[in-house]
Amino acid sequence: MARSVVQLSGHIVDSLILPKVLDLIVNLGAEFEILDIQIGQRRADRSAARILIEAPSAEILETILAKIKEHGALPLDEEESVQVEPAPQDGVFPEGFYATTNLNTLVRFHNQWLEVQPPEMDCGIRVDPAAMRAETVPIHKVKKGDLIVIGHRGVKILPIERRVPREVFEFMSSPVSSEKPKGLLIQEIAESMKKVRQESGKILVVAGPSLVHTGASEYLVEMIEKGYVQILFAGNGLAVHDIEAALYGTSLGVYLDKKIRSTEGHEHHLWAINQIRKAGGIRQAVEQGLLSRGIFYTCVQKGVEFVLAGSIRDDGPLPDVVTDTLEAQDLMREKIRGVGLVLMMATTLHAIATGNLLPATVKTVCVDINPAVVTKLADRGTFHAMGIVTDVEPFLRELCQYL
Amino acid sequence: MCPPLYYGIEYEINPWMSRSRQSDRELAQEQWRGLYRLLQDLLGIEVHLVEPRRGLPDMVFTANAGLAWENKFIASNFRYEVRKGESPFFENWFQVRGYEIFHLPEAHFFEGEGDLLLCGDHFFAGYHIRSDILSHQKVAEILQREILSLELANEWFYHLDTCFCPLDEGRALFYPPAFDAYALKVLENHVEALIPVEEDEAKQFACNAIAIGKNVIMNSGCPRVRGKLESLGFSVLETPLTEFIKAGGSAKCLVLEVPHGGESGLG
Repeated sequence: MARSVVQLSGHIVDSLILPKVLDLIVNLGAEFEILDIQIGQRRADRSAARILIEAPSAEILETILAKIKEHGALPLDEEESVQVEPAPQDGVFPEGFYATTNLNTLVRFHNQWLEVQPPEMDCGIRVDPAAMRAETVPIHKVKKGDLIVIGHRGVKILPIERRVPREVFEFMSSPVSSEKPKGLLIQEIAESMKKVRQESGKILVVAGPSLVHTGASEYLVEMIEKGYVQILFAGNGLAVHDIEAALYGTSLGVYLDKKIRSTEGHEHHLWAINQIRKAGGIRQAVEQGLLSRGIFYTCVQKGVEFVLAGSIRDDGPLPDVVTDTLEAQDLMREKIRGVGLVLMMATTLHAIATGNLLPATVKTVCVDINPAVVTKLADRGTFHAMGIVTDVEPFLRELCQYL
Repeated sequence: MCPPLYYGIEYEINPWMSRSRQSDRELAQEQWRGLYRLLQDLLGIEVHLVEPRRGLPDMVFTANAGLAWENKFIASNFRYEVRKGESPFFENWFQVRGYEIFHLPEAHFFEGEGDLLLCGDHFFAGYHIRSDILSHQKVAEILQREILSLELANEWFYHLDTCFCPLDEGRALFYPPAFDAYALKVLENHVEALIPVEEDEAKQFACNAIAIGKNVIMNSGCPRVRGKLESLGFSVLETPLTEFIKAGGSAKCLVLEVPHGGESGLG
């Protein structure tokens, strides 16, 4: 995708120059967005519009720019180009570096608008002049000499489109409350999930261990089986509890079907870890026939990718857990490409970690019994976010009915 | 006006011009004098002359010199090098008569009244072949008036005054194929009555006419336009201008309206 922003001014409305230029852009195979427009108040006053052009290739963009220039549409001044400076050392940005948002962002470099890929908040922008590419780079990944954008000049943030009719993800992004009509919301989430899948987008589930304690595993398994989960992010806990339940029928020693404690049940949890460590990992345990039910079994069977990120309080952990935090973050960063919807359930830290990595355009559903978690995520600038304050088991049960 | 003392086809900058099809110098002078007399003697218009210069054959087409409006003169920026030499002489003419002279940025071509005509309340300006649309913006700023830009789409009708002729407040002659679709729409939206001219008469420069009150002066040989105009109450004064058509100009191209005491001299 090649982009450019042009300015058109003069008596462009009565002269039909504005519609002509817009028609030309579309007829030549590109799309446009009017970034802003000022209409003259009196007849003698001039009007002015800034138009963003998105063309499928640089060649088409060039053709369009040359063509519309004849009608007075000029690329915005060169002086708006971004300023770049080399990173002084590995893992350190130059002074005054531009810190990103999670919105779609363009930078102007050598007279071209480059799309910063992928949108991610709290990163820097690295520009590759040879490839004419701009990318977000987290601070730990910057290499000495990388050209990093300094200041705000030549950086353009694209607002999120307001669609008509407005979606549930917009109007419910208002204050989080446990007193919202959940049935309707859950139904609409189900519709959104179906739509994402129809458009071949991925659905990411981020889940905490209480999903197993509350007995909601079977619904997540059902969703995985029906193809509504492509990626799963979690910690050691979710996997250990799920596997404990699969092997011994308990979660932290409590029988999930009987809701009573097993004698010496606290040991089940560690036995489960030990079994998987002996097998060499979750996948190996499935292949060896040791693990034959549950969330992770179904993930392996259905080819659902999972990232288990470790933490300081983990027991074991399972061999699949990535204990280097930065490595886990990078892995999550890589896996979120192509995700169209995220379901975050009963987890605080994994949900926020994921929220930090997501572009603002990705639809996010956050379900937690604690309103603070839900609010926190919305406050971090996840624009298409919807929060539901509820226990995860009834939520998933109802969601599955609509899928 | 500028007498055609050095007029001739010395270069080719529009489809009408061909150095192999020379104009007849004597006949050209006679035709020019015919137009001059019509204006000065018959209609009583005060005609000022600008001194012709050797090597600037197209100076005779004074309409392209710029735009004179109230006490302002906006000098043309000719697209072709061969005509750029005319500018200082026209500018000087206006300067010594106390006009405030305006120059447009060099990169913005503008060919004066050739591409800028007033019809009623509206300034219409042609662009794409000779003038640039960006010059329209600058001219609009100087005049503090709205300018409606019209894309010219036919090389044979390279200036607005070759395909559009305001007759009075709400009526104008025009040759539709000279404009693109948007320009036609703009004309329809802003001119009450548009009188179309057919191809053969458009090529006889029927639209390159001078309208003064109820009189319309045009090249001879446009009987259908003449009939239409006469039925609308105009009186048509034909005068042969064949030698100038060889360079792509006719009656209107040979005159530049000079405001007199803030009043418009011509119609």
